[in-house]
Amino acid sequence: MEKNIKRYFPIFVLPTLIAFLIAFVIPFIMGLYLSFCDFTTVTNSKFVGLSNYMNTFSDKEFLNALWFTVKFALIAVVTINFFGFIMALLLTKGLKGTNFFRTVFFMPNLIGGIVLGYIWQSMINGVLAHYKVTMLMDPKYGFWGMVILMNWQMIGYIMIIYIAGLQNVSPDLLEAARIDGATELQTLIKIKIPMVMPSITICLFLTITNSFKMFDQNLALTAGGPSNKTAMLALDIYNTFYGKVGFEGVGQAKAVIFFIIVAIIGISQVAISRRKEVES
Amino acid sequence: MKRNKLLAVALSTAMVAGALTGCGGGSEEAKKDDSKGSVYYLNFKPEVAEVWEEVAKKYTEETGVDVKVVTAASGNYESTLKSEIAKTDAPTLFQINGPIGYQSWKDYCADLSDTDFYKSLSDQSLAIKGEDGGVYGVPYTIEGYGIIYNDEIMQKYFATSGAKAATTDEINSFDKLKEVVEDMQSKKDELGIEGVFASTSLLPGEDWRWQTHLADLPIYAEYNAKDVDDLDTIEFTYNDKYKNIFDLYIENSCTEPTMLGSKGVNDSMAEFALGKVAMVQNGNWAWGQISETQGNVVKEENIKFMPIYCGLDDEANQGLCIGTENYFAINSKASEASQKASVDFVNWLISSETGKDYMTNKLGNNAPFTTFSDSEKPSDPLAQDMLGSMESGKTSIPWVFTTFPSQTFKDNFGAALLEYAQGTKTWEDVVSYVNEQWATEKAAVAE
Repeated sequence: MEKNIKRYFPIFVLPTLIAFLIAFVIPFIMGLYLSFCDFTTVTNSKFVGLSNYMNTFSDKEFLNALWFTVKFALIAVVTINFFGFIMALLLTKGLKGTNFFRTVFFMPNLIGGIVLGYIWQSMINGVLAHYKVTMLMDPKYGFWGMVILMNWQMIGYIMIIYIAGLQNVSPDLLEAARIDGATELQTLIKIKIPMVMPSITICLFLTITNSFKMFDQNLALTAGGPSNKTAMLALDIYNTFYGKVGFEGVGQAKAVIFFIIVAIIGISQVAISRRKEVES
Repeated sequence: MKRNKLLAVALSTAMVAGALTGCGGGSEEAKKDDSKGSVYYLNFKPEVAEVWEEVAKKYTEETGVDVKVVTAASGNYESTLKSEIAKTDAPTLFQINGPIGYQSWKDYCADLSDTDFYKSLSDQSLAIKGEDGGVYGVPYTIEGYGIIYNDEIMQKYFATSGAKAATTDEINSFDKLKEVVEDMQSKKDELGIEGVFASTSLLPGEDWRWQTHLADLPIYAEYNAKDVDDLDTIEFTYNDKYKNIFDLYIENSCTEPTMLGSKGVNDSMAEFALGKVAMVQNGNWAWGQISETQGNVVKEENIKFMPIYCGLDDEANQGLCIGTENYFAINSKASEASQKASVDFVNWLISSETGKDYMTNKLGNNAPFTTFSDSEKPSDPLAQDMLGSMESGKTSIPWVFTTFPSQTFKDNFGAALLEYAQGTKTWEDVVSYVNEQWATEKAAVAE
């Protein structure tokens, strides 16, 4: 059987490989090429060299969006993982109704970003209406609105991963710790956290990349307002591509830079937290 | 074992084949009859999407030529067009929104100077011409906007003691308008309204009535004063006129200025239709929204237009803002046969009985072609009022906003207006920001 699988491996992998090529590899290579072109549609392009990239770096809006995204990602990653982990700890204690709460906390993750954005927009505006302002009054409202929205959406998902990690911590270790007289806090720091390090690696990766790539929530919640002060990188790329005549190539160049940034951050984060993982 | 192997190969080939044909199905079908060509129209107006489907069916019944209509979601026309036109089965007939739209799509616009529909334009200067003198866009409807008012509320106001005017005809300048509006606002409880003007919707994406339509007036005045029809840099000379009317809108409204960032166009139109306000700035296309609002209390005969008075010269003769940003363009990269089929389709729309009926009555277009007689004009109150204004001898203000540099310019202008309305930006900052944005975006287009 084993031998057979090895022999027919190319056939089995073929459908997925073709799908992967069509939907990912080819568009990616085309995208790279187009970032050096002047074009309106992807099938009709003219090579222009590096001018798109030069335009990108002289674009104040892009640098603002980059800075805003970094701030947002920092706050969102810390809060989501913190609350997700606490939630996971609470829901592995064997309390009554654990399953119910796990389901409830996970549910926001099943709703699409645009819908969430509009729902939260009405809710936040509803609250702010008491003070006679809207979310577009000040960029800080939009910023914290997005942090809350992202937390609400992501915590459940992250929590599930942490729960799986915590359930895999060997009861022998926990029991041994208890017999040795370790307190709850000591058990958490010396045993549980090192043991769930693989989950932490995954969760950090997911939250960092998702925070950087956030688009639909941003579009629906504030659309970058007021005056693009709450526009994140993905939204800025979208606005460049579709909002300016002849700037499709610049949008594409921004997207390539965006990819490189996210890839560097994501890969180095995984490399760093992998080193902290321990063998059980 | 052998059989299993065969089965595996067969199954996986079937899967791949299935997946591939699944993707390719659409284009094969379209290529079926290439000699006759086919029409693919990418429609700009979601509100009449169903009517266009009907037109397509009718045309296919009459002539046997396939017509496919796809409608872009509101506000997504450019992005839909960008992806659709790159396909093998690309739109043959699409829309550009003016000179700026032509700049972006000129590689795809066929020369229309020999077509019948261009030749039957009632005013050929309306069409979009390229640098080479060719005709690349032909308007299919003329629209107008101004201040829509509810005559019932106005009459009620004129009957109050100390009214500043006796008829709406007396309101023919900004000063008079301001006097009346401010007096009405102070009597709003007596008049049973929440404010004179509907909300100045400034939610991003919902601010086109201000950053595009209202901005047309001062920019047109500036073009006029400088005797040009486009500029690389503007001074926004008449920004005080813009401020006049904008302040009037936001200060005498049913909504507080700080709350405008949460209002959309639908909110404004609903406020008007429900009789909560007396006036709203919008165009003849708004008739549909007013008449379809549930529980609307405004009677058809009471819906009227008034020019936007903001303090420009010679206001007594000022008419509505009349123009178009809907131009038909034909895809020059489509097959010869399909290009010809598209031309025939448009000719049919503007010359056959059925086509004209759809254009006027169901699509509500005020088509600017000599093939339409006076009786073949739309009959809704706003269109009627607009036609009246055009014939009254008053000077209509043309739509020069089709020369505004880009969507980004408009969006940023709108965002600055919002910040001004809620008090986080001064008017001077708005003016210098608009000038700077205009210059940058125009430079970007020229590149």
